[in-house]
Amino acid sequence: MNNKKSSPWKSIQIGLAVLLGLFIYAYGFDVTKVDLQELRSERRQESLTRVTRTLAQPDIIGYEQEQVIVNAPLYIPCPAADELSNLPKADNARTYLTIEPACANPGETVLVEGFNFPANAGGPIRFVPGNDPANIVELGRESITTDGDGHFTAPFLIPERTSNAPQYIRVTISENIGAPHFTQNAKDTWDKIIETVFMALLATTAGTFLAFPISFLAARNLMKSVRSPLTSAALSVLGWPIGMGLGYYIVNGIGRFSIPLSDNLAVSLVSVILVPIACWFGFRWALPQEEISVPSSSKRLARILVLFVVILLAFYGFFQLAGLASSLSLSMEKGMGAFGFLAAFLYQVSDILRIITPALGALATGGALGSFLGQIGQRAAEKNPAERVKVINFVLGAVAGATVFGLIGWMLEWFYQIGRIEYTFWGPILTGAGLGLLLAGFTKPKDTLPTGMLIYSITRTILNALRSVEALVMAIVFVIAVGIGPFAGMMALGLHTIVSLAKLYSEQVESIMPGPLEAIQATGANRLQTIIYGVIPQIIPPYISYTMYRWDINVRMSTIIGFVGGGGIGFLLQQNINLLNYRAASTQMIAIAIVVASMDYISSVLREKYV
Amino acid sequence: MLQVKNLTKIYEGGVKALDNVSFEVPKGQFLAVIGLSGSGKSTLLRCINRLIDPTAGQILWDGEDITAASPEEMRRIRRKIGMVFQHFNLVHRSKVITNVLAGRLGYVNPAWSLLNRFPREDLEKAVKQLERVGIADKADHRADELSGGQQQRVGIARALMQDPNMILADEPVASLDPVLAHSIMKHLEEINKTDGVTVLCSLHFLDLVHRYADRVIALNQGQLVFEGHPRDIDDKKFKDIYGRDAERVG
Ligand SMILES: Nc1ncnc2c1ncn2[C@@H]1O[C@H](COP(=O)(O)OP(=O)(O)OP(=O)(O)O)[C@@H](O)[C@H]1O
Ligand SMILES: [Mg+2]
Repeated sequence: MNNKKSSPWKSIQIGLAVLLGLFIYAYGFDVTKVDLQELRSERRQESLTRVTRTLAQPDIIGYEQEQVIVNAPLYIPCPAADELSNLPKADNARTYLTIEPACANPGETVLVEGFNFPANAGGPIRFVPGNDPANIVELGRESITTDGDGHFTAPFLIPERTSNAPQYIRVTISENIGAPHFTQNAKDTWDKIIETVFMALLATTAGTFLAFPISFLAARNLMKSVRSPLTSAALSVLGWPIGMGLGYYIVNGIGRFSIPLSDNLAVSLVSVILVPIACWFGFRWALPQEEISVPSSSKRLARILVLFVVILLAFYGFFQLAGLASSLSLSMEKGMGAFGFLAAFLYQVSDILRIITPALGALATGGALGSFLGQIGQRAAEKNPAERVKVINFVLGAVAGATVFGLIGWMLEWFYQIGRIEYTFWGPILTGAGLGLLLAGFTKPKDTLPTGMLIYSITRTILNALRSVEALVMAIVFVIAVGIGPFAGMMALGLHTIVSLAKLYSEQVESIMPGPLEAIQATGANRLQTIIYGVIPQIIPPYISYTMYRWDINVRMSTIIGFVGGGGIGFLLQQNINLLNYRAASTQMIAIAIVVASMDYISSVLREKYV
Repeated sequence: MLQVKNLTKIYEGGVKALDNVSFEVPKGQFLAVIGLSGSGKSTLLRCINRLIDPTAGQILWDGEDITAASPEEMRRIRRKIGMVFQHFNLVHRSKVITNVLAGRLGYVNPAWSLLNRFPREDLEKAVKQLERVGIADKADHRADELSGGQQQRVGIARALMQDPNMILADEPVASLDPVLAHSIMKHLEEINKTDGVTVLCSLHFLDLVHRYADRVIALNQGQLVFEGHPRDIDDKKFKDIYGRDAERVG
């Protein structure tokens, strides 16, 4: 080889690389302002010491305090000899101070001695300017501690305050009385740490539930085989938005009809009991468990109708359930005392139910209409001669393209308020229709399109884009949307959990054994059944392990998400740091450390046990 | 009756795994498929239940065109075709009984599968199939706790759950020892003889072919090179199937 020849050249290269490295690090030092000089400066070291010491004394346990305040007079500077005896005599029956000498010039030191103070207690010794022992202005920040007999002696530097009248030196000794108790700060910390842990819990739960179905859409091995003819794809593209709009409209209509009804407790109670029973029988009839022969088309139609009624009924039932839950919770709240939060929970659940029911209805109807039209398209593509399919494809392709681009245009209009209909309506619609026509022109009428891979790519892109936004940044957005507080933090953590878990989960789906999947498919199982019986059993252990890992991360994140207003302990911590209240901040830091460490420990134990 | 007409499969990379293969299998026959590794046996069997979509050609089963079936029709066709695999392809973490019940999925309404529910008759049937293959006592074990031979029996029970008219067995005994191989083959034979189920079984060992098959087809590089009775494989035919340098053993 040409090893020998290139060796000097190689040394030069290495030298250049080292130089480049030096350059990069030098620049890095410059931009990060590495400066140890600052660390050595006395001022920094002093404040560092002070803060570190304060941090080491977390504000957790406190006492009730009683203050003993004693003033003693003196002259600055010394007056004429006879006036000194005018100095008010101190009452030395109980607690008292003596000052030696009783007069001094500014800058001189006098010896202050105290008697019969609380034993082993401390407090400041200060100068009170002016001729008034009740003056609240105090100078100086010396502090003293008393011995076992309540006695102390301390030198005191006389400040630059001269007066003909007597002035005062004041000693304030604070004494702990009663049993130790948790400080307000400790209680606040406890409240907030609970909030933090639950924020993480809810975010993890919600995130896991939603990430689960999304992960299948983002798994290449499942989506690759999903292909459908253009006719079917275009029809289902049309079915989704129409179905969603329709579903939202219908379910809202049901809501308008049934929410007033649910004010009547009897009606909602009866509905909540009867509707599930009716639904159950409806479902059983419309979806027989097993069917050997192909049902006639009139029977199919009847089934679809019954299913439709059952679903309407189910949504009515949801609204009644929400109404029942909220009226129950309202009447319960009074009688439950400390468990009032259960009633509040019930109320919130009913509220959530009320909010998500229309969304659920929209999604369900969208999905149903999308897949129904998709099936019709599938059949149309199979049963019709190619020329006719081609014509259908042209029409449907144009309409579907126009719909998709029209929706995108509508979104752009919403974001940027362009306000010009040719850019946000006609333009997109014509472009979409044109692209649809092109697609229909270039695909053979009966060929299938890789719709699965399209969904896969879109899902992946959205996941990757959202995943690169930090949860803290999301929290800022949610704080604006739902206000400062733990709810915003939970939403942000939840969203971040969904996207990152969906990614991790889908990678697990991609690495399962293909054999069992193939075997399940071969039995005639459809896609849903293949996932339930072939995929899910294989991915349960990694899913549990990833969920716990995410739980760890969420606990950590929830401790600092309060920095941007997301609630939890971070909020308190940041406030105390800003107020230079380091003893309180130290309590919160310790709480965070304990929670994070114990969650770490628990999850590692669980992981060992179950995975 | 199964009719395969001019079946061709070209994989995405350009490999021609099946090259214009045509043959017929009468109802109730035990057909062995032989050929070297890579000759296209698995591809052929998987084309029959469309786990792989053929590139060209036609497969007719009792007159119905499998190659043109829609997804919904395919579900109905597949549930009548059981499949047994070399590596058993059980879902390891599921119980044996669940693996067997999975054979019923082509019949069960997907909405019920969402609730993980099978009809009670299916449960009884699953226990019966496990009894038939002699491992009823393992029903509640996890599938990966079973030995290879036991796992393959579960695989057969799963296929039997389908009430199949045909079983495709892709080297069902290639990962088992000779004794186990015979016991598994006997199960297939029994199903073939008593239930009248058509069996297409790819095999590596000619003694098994002689012992169990009614008829045999041989593939070489995707082409059908032999079709007939096992005893008609003479030395010349053998070299056609397995190549010039192959030696007959046993
Ligand atoms: N998914 C695939 N993509 C591309 N080529 C494939 C694929 N599966 C199989 N092949 C190729 O097709 C040919 C036939 O493979 P096949 O698995 O059908 O052979 P086989 O007879 O079953 O072999 P064996 O006895 O080893 O199982 C081989 O050349 C193989 O490399
Ligand atoms: Mg093979």
